[in-house]
Amino acid sequence: MSSTPTIPPLTGTVTVDVPVDQAFRVFTDAFGSWWPAEYHIGQADMATATLEPRQGGRWYEKGVDGSECDWGQVLAWEPPHRLVVTWQINGHWQYDPDPTHASEIEVRFSADGPQQTTVSLEHRRLERLVDGQALRDGITGGGGWPSLLELFAKAATNQT
Amino acid sequence: MDTNGVAGLGVLGDPSRRAIFELLARHPCTVGELAQELPITRSAVSQHLRVLKDGGLVVSHAEGTRRIYRLNPDGVTALRAYLDRVWAEALTAFGKAAQAASVDSEQEDV
Repeated sequence: MSSTPTIPPLTGTVTVDVPVDQAFRVFTDAFGSWWPAEYHIGQADMATATLEPRQGGRWYEKGVDGSECDWGQVLAWEPPHRLVVTWQINGHWQYDPDPTHASEIEVRFSADGPQQTTVSLEHRRLERLVDGQALRDGITGGGGWPSLLELFAKAATNQT
Repeated sequence: MDTNGVAGLGVLGDPSRRAIFELLARHPCTVGELAQELPITRSAVSQHLRVLKDGGLVVSHAEGTRRIYRLNPDGVTALRAYLDRVWAEALTAFGKAAQAASVDSEQEDV
């Protein structure tokens, strides 16, 4: 039994003017083409990110120097309607291989019509990310958050 | 394209609030210290801090006559707010990529 309180899941939706199978394909096969490159965890700049198209597949980034960093793995692969992956990046902005610390992202693709798809995303089990004090240590001791916030600042700068 | 649910970017959608959030992540600060680091007035800093406090990202305590602000040490809300922003940007980028794919396939059909 965990004493960690449940954190409300994050949700988001986006509607796109493409058929459902194409929306699924862009989200998965072409993941590296649209994922904002500033959100990565490797030491090297991110060259690409990959979501392997099968249950149990890896979700990882590849740096410009060829190094690879895992983000999580594919729990459910149900093209073209549903995808569940783990997000195992903790408050230190590092991969945490412990499956009990894995949060989950479920993405659903529903056809509004032949040429329109609504993509709904839910990022849940966030409390698992903060088990083990990693996040608290990061905030109070320095270490995790500065690097995370560098990315954050970079992202914010790029926006303006 | 409709980005219902992701367009707001939450409490950290404002650049000044992001800057304050970032400074507080490095070390606790007073309003005056934050205002020195940022191109906004003390009163603007105070207003942003109120939003950040209401959102649960920041807490404060008094030390003598000074009020010190810091990130909420339970961290949960701060992490959630950060990820909220990551997904807002990611879904927006995905939406653009999907729309571009749509234009490409239309051109192929012609």
